[in-house]
Amino acid sequence: YQRRVRGVKLAMSDSDGMLYSEREDWHDVTPIPLPCGDVVQIMYSEKFKDVYSYMAAIMDKKEYSTRAFELTTDAIDLNAANYTVWHYRREILRHLKLDLAAEVAFTDAVIEEQPKNYQVWHHRRCLIEMSGDSSKELELTAATLRKDAKNYHAWDHRQWAVSTHGLWSGELEFVEQLLQEDLRNNSAWNHRYYVVTNTDGWSKEVILRELEYAVSYITRAPNNESPWNYATGMIKGNGYSFLDFKVFVEMCEDLYERNVRSPFGMKVLAEIHEAKGDYSKAIETYEQLKESPSVRNVYWDYKVRNIRELMSS
Amino acid sequence: SGFHKDVSLKPDLPSQLYLSKHQQFLLSYAKNQSSYEYVMSEWLRASGVYWCLTALKLLHCDELKSDDIEEFVLSCYHPASGGFGASPNHDPHLLYTLSSVQILALIDRLDVLDREKVISFVTGLQQPDGSFFGDEWGEVDTRFTFCAFATLSLLGSLQSCNVNAGVNFVLQCRNFDGAFGCVPGSESHAGQVFCCVGALSIAQKLDRLDCDQLGWWLCERQLPSGGLNGRPEKLPDVCYSWWVLASLKIIGRAHWLDKDKLVKFILASQDEETGGFADRPGDMVDPFHTLFGLAGLSLLGDSHIAKVNPVLCLPQSLVDSLGVKLDMVS
Repeated sequence: YQRRVRGVKLAMSDSDGMLYSEREDWHDVTPIPLPCGDVVQIMYSEKFKDVYSYMAAIMDKKEYSTRAFELTTDAIDLNAANYTVWHYRREILRHLKLDLAAEVAFTDAVIEEQPKNYQVWHHRRCLIEMSGDSSKELELTAATLRKDAKNYHAWDHRQWAVSTHGLWSGELEFVEQLLQEDLRNNSAWNHRYYVVTNTDGWSKEVILRELEYAVSYITRAPNNESPWNYATGMIKGNGYSFLDFKVFVEMCEDLYERNVRSPFGMKVLAEIHEAKGDYSKAIETYEQLKESPSVRNVYWDYKVRNIRELMSS
Repeated sequence: SGFHKDVSLKPDLPSQLYLSKHQQFLLSYAKNQSSYEYVMSEWLRASGVYWCLTALKLLHCDELKSDDIEEFVLSCYHPASGGFGASPNHDPHLLYTLSSVQILALIDRLDVLDREKVISFVTGLQQPDGSFFGDEWGEVDTRFTFCAFATLSLLGSLQSCNVNAGVNFVLQCRNFDGAFGCVPGSESHAGQVFCCVGALSIAQKLDRLDCDQLGWWLCERQLPSGGLNGRPEKLPDVCYSWWVLASLKIIGRAHWLDKDKLVKFILASQDEETGGFADRPGDMVDPFHTLFGLAGLSLLGDSHIAKVNPVLCLPQSLVDSLGVKLDMVS
């Protein structure tokens, strides 16, 4: 039995399940038993103890061989979070100058099985840094995101690949695709901000374009936090105020008029009233927010207190 | 107000605090070294010990033997580099170096350290842009900035590294929403926010934050169930009772959360039979969520639990006795 994912061997055990301790080609190695205190170790598998006791012995004698490399495959298969084994595997890769393409395929398979594992993503990055070949990273991350569109590792890796290797073209379309599937995907909104920052930059024209984009999504789902953060963040982060952008102010007023009481929209409206000096209108807006029971009411009270202080000073 | 991802709390969930059950859970977890969980968690053991030990200290329990703990920590030490691994024979890493120093502080054995050597391990990982590698393999993450600053400050030596450069890197990781990610441009995440806010607190640079904007993002993590998530449209998780709440505490805005609802959520995540806390009601408990559930309740004012320091996640009494300087917004 040899476990394979995408054609890649993920476990090296012989078909009859031979332990390393039973293999003739390993007789020269003395395994180092796992340090587990006085308690009798009966709860975990024979295979785990076997693989890891040989792994400990190999690392102790610093053997960088083909058989050691295969052993790390088994060790990773049993516990892919063991960062020291991944380090050792990289050392063997370097020493033996092994084929990086095959190793990249190995990480594809491990990522497919364990997409939230830190060590495999870091290993993948090290490999791409060694090879300089970034041609598969967009597809890898896209495939991972198809299964979990918010996988933090995948986004982090994609951003690294895109910025290190200048793979910007197509990224806005990629974001659009994901937002079509789920317009609440905060990671996609974040990626969009990242891409615009590093390509067009935030000129007033670009802000207008991106605001229209955000507004189109806000009007479809006014209680969706992400495009609100996107819009307010790009306006304030680039030194502007809400009043500088009619399209945004009008959208907020329109939602309010139509009785769509999104807390994000009303918060913006209240801030607009305050910016114009309409303090009572600002307070009125916050008081309206407090009418529905919400975990935010303490915050609205804080904003009201602030405005009252402004009014009295 | 239109949250789409949340849990709904069933009526018969735990609503009181099962202190002695938690103590039992933590003690038996720490002592059961043949369990599957224990073996599989070898790669983070030093952190696991820190979680158990801190949680027990918050419960006013001193049953674990300091000599055994000291022996374990020192077995993780790499004298050549000055760093600590997760377990014996694991490579040194900043994460486990912080956990090890925290553990030694908890058992009042910091004097067994070769301080200068450990400090050199930490400072040696700082990069020209101010960021920190986790280890020689070069991964960068604001978690490692926090680990570096916290380790150095516990050793009374923050200025051994380039604090200003470290602060500047943290600020590079601030996003358009006012919160922080792991590297510049990466998505805001409450865990990373905690690391960045904690680092700025240690560096005495909280004035670089827009506390209102960040505080709003943080209190937006609270869902109708009362629980906190880590980023928009994600499920609540008890560990965010720490990452989010401690961050709010540091920036002086913890009162923006609905405290009663949060307490209710955390209590509901207990297992009243085995003790311990899970990520959310009904799930399996573990020491990680147990520590952060208890620490969160401590920050929320539960008088049965020792007061916890919101930056270092250690008993406040310990932090006071060490004389560590931390910035807080009142």
